[in-house]
Amino acid sequence: MIRNTLPQSLVDNPRLDQWIAFEPDRTVTLKTGKVEIGQGILTALRQIAAEELDLQPPQLKLLSGDTELTPAEAFTAGSLSVEIGGGAVRLVCAEVRARMLESAAAKLGTDAAELAVEAGEITRAGTSTGLDYWSLAGTIDLSAQATGSVPTKRPSDFRVVGRSEQRIDLPVKVFGGGFIHDMVLPGMLHARIVHRPWTGAQLSTPDEAVGRLAGPGVEFVRDGDFVAFVSPDETACAAALGRAWLRLEWTGGEPFAPEQSEAEWLLSLPTKDRQIGPDNAPAPDAAFRVEARYSRPYLAHASIGPSCALALFKDGRLDVWSHSQGVGPLGGSIARALGLAPGSVAVHHAQGAGCYGHNGADDVAMDAAIVALRRPGTPIRVLWMREDELSSSPFGAAMVTEIAAGCDADGRVLDWTLRVTSPTHVSRPGAHGEIHLLSAEALATPVPRPEGREFPDERGGGATRNSFALYDLPPQRIIHRLVPRLPIRTSALRGLGTLGNVFAIESAIDEIAERAGRDPVAYRLSIMSDPRARRVIERAAEMAAWNPDDEGGTGSGRGIAFSRYKNHAAYAAVVAEVEVDEEVRVKRLFAAVDAGLVINPDGAINQVEGGAIQAVSWATKEQVRFEDGRVATATWDVYPILRFPEVPEVEVQLVGDPNDPPLGIGEVALGPTAAAIGNAVAHALGVRVRNLPLSRDRVMAAAMEAG
Amino acid sequence: MDAAIRLKVNGALREVSCDPDAPLLAVLRNELDLKAARFGCGHERCGACLVLLDGVPTYSCAFPVSAVREREVVTVEGLGTEAAPHPIQTALLEEQAGQCGYCLSGIQISAAALLAKTTSPSRDEIKAALEPNLCRCGVHLRVIHAVERAAAMLRQGAAA
Ligand code: FES
Ligand code: FES
Repeated sequence: MIRNTLPQSLVDNPRLDQWIAFEPDRTVTLKTGKVEIGQGILTALRQIAAEELDLQPPQLKLLSGDTELTPAEAFTAGSLSVEIGGGAVRLVCAEVRARMLESAAAKLGTDAAELAVEAGEITRAGTSTGLDYWSLAGTIDLSAQATGSVPTKRPSDFRVVGRSEQRIDLPVKVFGGGFIHDMVLPGMLHARIVHRPWTGAQLSTPDEAVGRLAGPGVEFVRDGDFVAFVSPDETACAAALGRAWLRLEWTGGEPFAPEQSEAEWLLSLPTKDRQIGPDNAPAPDAAFRVEARYSRPYLAHASIGPSCALALFKDGRLDVWSHSQGVGPLGGSIARALGLAPGSVAVHHAQGAGCYGHNGADDVAMDAAIVALRRPGTPIRVLWMREDELSSSPFGAAMVTEIAAGCDADGRVLDWTLRVTSPTHVSRPGAHGEIHLLSAEALATPVPRPEGREFPDERGGGATRNSFALYDLPPQRIIHRLVPRLPIRTSALRGLGTLGNVFAIESAIDEIAERAGRDPVAYRLSIMSDPRARRVIERAAEMAAWNPDDEGGTGSGRGIAFSRYKNHAAYAAVVAEVEVDEEVRVKRLFAAVDAGLVINPDGAINQVEGGAIQAVSWATKEQVRFEDGRVATATWDVYPILRFPEVPEVEVQLVGDPNDPPLGIGEVALGPTAAAIGNAVAHALGVRVRNLPLSRDRVMAAAMEAG
Repeated sequence: MDAAIRLKVNGALREVSCDPDAPLLAVLRNELDLKAARFGCGHERCGACLVLLDGVPTYSCAFPVSAVREREVVTVEGLGTEAAPHPIQTALLEEQAGQCGYCLSGIQISAAALLAKTTSPSRDEIKAALEPNLCRCGVHLRVIHAVERAAAMLRQGAAA
């Protein structure tokens, strides 16, 4: 059953007309605060609305992510858009349809139960009544509050939901348009921003020298340690920035150091500790103990299109166009940082390149806003450069996850402790009531960077995300060590702490199975009682024709891993097949996913495939590094990601029951894929690499150690 | 100093006045309003900006516009349109080979150049032809299937 409890989005935006409008051209506008970030959410929401309203999907037009025109739904993140945003749309549309039918029944002098809707026409016994949504729209009060009490359709009645729909935003992008980068406003000037090379760096170059770097036709804006070059000529602007990168002089602050590149550096920093779960002690009767330290490095978002924004300050009002995941919180933070009245900043969503978390989208919007305030009446377009994107966006946080487990001879776990050390995974604008905008820190009147605080556990946690293992274990003790102060700016990257924790837990589970002489699949099934988890593990093993007798150690190997994202979204198990000589090559991936009801199966499979491929890149290649005070991985040459010849075959099966509620799927594949690769590498080499990425250097070192 | 520069783009003769050292990408996007070629890195490392120069995939992000000379420039706008799509465009949509779609312009250019050479490319040839193109969303496999589908369409077209 799909329950009709009110989703947060509907609690926050209760009026029906905040969600829906009937247009004179016989279309229906669906308004959503959720935004397209390459994940296909608009297509899925249109399917949900078409289903409940009995419309054809093309009859619906989407309006998304506008602080003035759409419901305020905070962030498009955490794989929650279908569960919560979609849940609100479903209830609103069911209610509007019911009101329309009541109104039609009154007009026709019949019972609403006699009536049906086809493509927006009201029908009785299969024939048209002459009434439709548009002729009835004036008779119902859309300013009423949604009650959320009208029953929604049963899955067995679905026509549109559960059917693969083509992505509505794709054609325009295939034919060469569709991005914020393409927007042109009349009289627009281009700008490029000098970002500080390290946290707290102070610009010691005097203004006259900065002006000389600008060159002909380019002006500069300076506010403290913030510098922008502004010109009608984009090429001249970019050239000025290139000169500035070489010539500007910086002092003070906290230059980055090479040792900070390694996750284990975090263990040397002060932490704020807390314990989740009961105290425990090593079981005295354990036959063996597995105690190991695992880590993941800082990761870059590495979107293919650098962040971009436009801003116009006119008559005391600031309009910003942005590919932010949260237009409302962004507008609020910009207003606070620049001392503007909250109501005077409007943020309009426009699509950017793929977004996998809190990347540079918000920061570039702030950059554009700062410049726009200095050039009233002139639209300003800021494009970040590749170097900005790879070094000035927040990074996905490094983590060290240590696991200690005592087991009996069969591998039954007797005590289990997990300790995770990490900086924050969430410093989005508005999070924890803070402004959190990069260039706000550089202004003459700066907004200093606050101490890192972590995302609450009840919302899935940050560093603690997926730190609780779903297996049948004795009471688990989890110690969360937050590193609140460090010079590296970290925030949300797809899955937050899941990557580090699932890699650690699933590696440890394999290490225990090995010590106990058990097959990794059979062992997992022996300690897992959740039937949905068992099903994905069994299915993934089946898809891969898992052979328990494969000894490994031959340079090729396979591994399995499981997790349920956030322990309450979709379930996934992944089997990876790898070949290892000096480098790890992932050959094939098999993923079984249970996401309950899937709105758009092809869209969901696309997300899982894409997540799996991204995880291959993370697990085998990627690590942000620091040198000479700066981020040393600011171009593709030094921050390589997976290329076409390296991409494995990926097979995905959706195994959920459509009668189960829809569960977020966008982040489900990442953790298990990385962990399965780790287990496969251990199987191939006979020795385990416990620190991501599983790079050439690390694999060689591990092989040497094993002799 | 700005100079008058003549270009043959998508079959039409165009004249612009701009810095002769400006990258072709900037001229296409800002002077000629052709937005398909996209900025990704500016360093010939991601393929987002690829265009065809006399049929050869070329990074427009670092190619001075004055060096184009007589060569014919083809961008995605010149490959096809929604009304008259190139087979690779049809195939990308049929395979739903896209998430954010930012990489797809450059991918079309690489694929179109490959398909102009052969309509029966092997898997490895397809992967090699797409080596210059980065995709962060992970739609690689769908793209490979789309190139195979487009190749099949071209073979059928030739047989018909
Ligand atoms: S923008 Fe030209 S290759 Fe990246
Ligand atoms: S679809 Fe997003 S980069 Fe390829």
